[in-house]
Amino acid sequence: MGFLQYLINGISIGSVYAIIALGYTMVYGIAKMLNFAHGDVIMVGAYMSFCVTNYLGLPAVVGILVAMVVCTVLGIIIEGLAYKPLRGASSLAVLITAIGVSYFLQNAAQLIWGSAPKNFTSIVTFAPIKLFGGQLTITGEVIITILASVVIMVALTLFTGKTRMGKAMRAVSEDRAAAQLMGINVNQTISMTFAIGSALAAIAGVLLCSTVPTLQPTTGSMPGIRAFTAAVFGGIGSIPGAMLGGILLGIIETMTKAYLSTQFSDAIVFLVLIVVLLVKPAGLMGKVVQEKV
Amino acid sequence: MKKLFALLMAALMVVTMFAGCGSAETPATDAAGGEAPATDAAPTAGTIKIGSSGPLTNDYAVYGKAVEYGLTLAFEEINALGGLQFELRVEDDEADAEMAVNAYNTLMDWGMQIMAGPTTSGSAAAAAAECAADGVFMLTPSASDAAVITAGDNVFQICFTDPNQGVGSADFISSHNLATKVGVIYDSSNPYSVGIYTKFMEQAAVVGLEVVAEEAFTADNKADLSTQVTKCQEAGCDLVFLPIYAAEAAQVLTCADKIDYNPAFFGCDGLDGILATEGFDPALAEGVMLLTPFDASSSDPQTQEFVANYTAKFGLEPNQFAADAYDVAYAIYQACTAAGVTADMSAEEICETMIAQFTSMSFDGLTGDGMTWAADGAVSKLPMAVKIENGVYVGVE
Repeated sequence: MGFLQYLINGISIGSVYAIIALGYTMVYGIAKMLNFAHGDVIMVGAYMSFCVTNYLGLPAVVGILVAMVVCTVLGIIIEGLAYKPLRGASSLAVLITAIGVSYFLQNAAQLIWGSAPKNFTSIVTFAPIKLFGGQLTITGEVIITILASVVIMVALTLFTGKTRMGKAMRAVSEDRAAAQLMGINVNQTISMTFAIGSALAAIAGVLLCSTVPTLQPTTGSMPGIRAFTAAVFGGIGSIPGAMLGGILLGIIETMTKAYLSTQFSDAIVFLVLIVVLLVKPAGLMGKVVQEKV
Repeated sequence: MKKLFALLMAALMVVTMFAGCGSAETPATDAAGGEAPATDAAPTAGTIKIGSSGPLTNDYAVYGKAVEYGLTLAFEEINALGGLQFELRVEDDEADAEMAVNAYNTLMDWGMQIMAGPTTSGSAAAAAAECAADGVFMLTPSASDAAVITAGDNVFQICFTDPNQGVGSADFISSHNLATKVGVIYDSSNPYSVGIYTKFMEQAAVVGLEVVAEEAFTADNKADLSTQVTKCQEAGCDLVFLPIYAAEAAQVLTCADKIDYNPAFFGCDGLDGILATEGFDPALAEGVMLLTPFDASSSDPQTQEFVANYTAKFGLEPNQFAADAYDVAYAIYQACTAAGVTADMSAEEICETMIAQFTSMSFDGLTGDGMTWAADGAVSKLPMAVKIENGVYVGVE
């Protein structure tokens, strides 16, 4: 029974990683930049939801909506102010800017909300499901998180595959210059990508903090880095890859802790990742792009 | 339009920068400028400069702030007495060893004569090495790692050392028959946690406690502690020992609640403050026991007066870190008065006299009566256990 419980725990945290990784992979796939501030947008989303539900006493749904709206606007502002002016600059400059934005958000959050950790009240209210006479517990958070990540993945796949905007995104992703020549507004498309990525971050923030209640200005950074690892593991740029990478990372992490050692779990997890990337450098579902000369 | 935005952002960043600095320096002005000393007062002109550092921002700011507030309150009271006058300056070290050395250097440039910090163990170990090299007396309120005081003869602690807490916890659990099978969840990336854990394990073997699960997490992977909790449940632990900080302990308690696992929980002073966490449901902490030298709900008049003044001044109830810091200030005051320290003495001279005082004096404070110090800088005082009942601490005997 222990094994199943660990598996569920793993899928649960893995789904959270997956949702965060979806945001990373979207932005990377289309804008070709690593948005290291993504984890901190998650934290802002969680704080917004916390404020709406705890200070204003409104229902959790309103909290999520407010968090999504605020994060979307924040994402567009960050993109417009920090990344857009660097569109022609080297990718290293954008990367450093993203790290700067990440620190800015963390410190701003600390000034606004203080650094003392807050305890996030879970948005899920229904009771956990007990199986096998209470030996196996599936909490509401687990179910909601898994459902949300699947829905988001399917919606994103449909969006990029079927809609005009989505097709524009894929075009920009494949060849920015050619897309521009075909009359696609590249800047607008990239802004749109950030908007979607940030809205996802808000959802991820609420789900992350429902699973793990401690909310502080640094809450988003480590899960953000892990989700980024998951995105690379699954093949960065690939939407199903991010999903697969996130869930696998969650399961590997939990199983390592459960059966090998909690003391060395990170070392083992990242060793597995290194081995996988050595065998499949583009990640599990990444496309190998051949350089044409 | 774009330029305007850029300007706005730049202005915002500058403001946030200064806001950060501001909070770090408030106590200095507070302690220096406030409370005019009585006229007949000071036997010497000038003030003795006390420095401290702690995480005023970042993850553990709740502890750094408490120390800052405790010191500020105590030195204001002491200055109002009209005898020796003190000036306090607290720097932010973000609980980071490197930042702590920077903070130390800033304080030395300012003219610090006694170090009343740092707050956390990692920072304190770094600052202790500097203090030992420069011959500056150091008394840390809350850095409990045993390694801190090994830096030199002039480094003292007013809190229990981690080994002390580990041994105390194992003894308490065993003598009160609290458990048959014990699990431990600790933070292997944190010297405080590892220090207690190591000694707890040694003492558990001595007193015959059966430890069936030893689970670790690190600062990097603490986002998910459900596996550690599940492993304790699988192993059938009826008591889980938590030598960790309140934020992570809140996570453990929440995880355990979700999977309907109800063992007894036992923690050390790091757990202090769990009830003050915003949004935390006190019902989760019902029955949690912790070793702490300070209980804000105590009926002791000295404690009550401290709690009332602190709450009035800072708008929140003091935790153990604040009480430790308050004691540090009074212990320094007592030693300085007894030894006839004056403000014009150099840090090295003060250091010599303070070492002599601390190893020979007995001090009564909020966190214990009749505290004495060994030559290695460790304090000797009685540990006290409390249990959380209906959201408040209740003493356990």
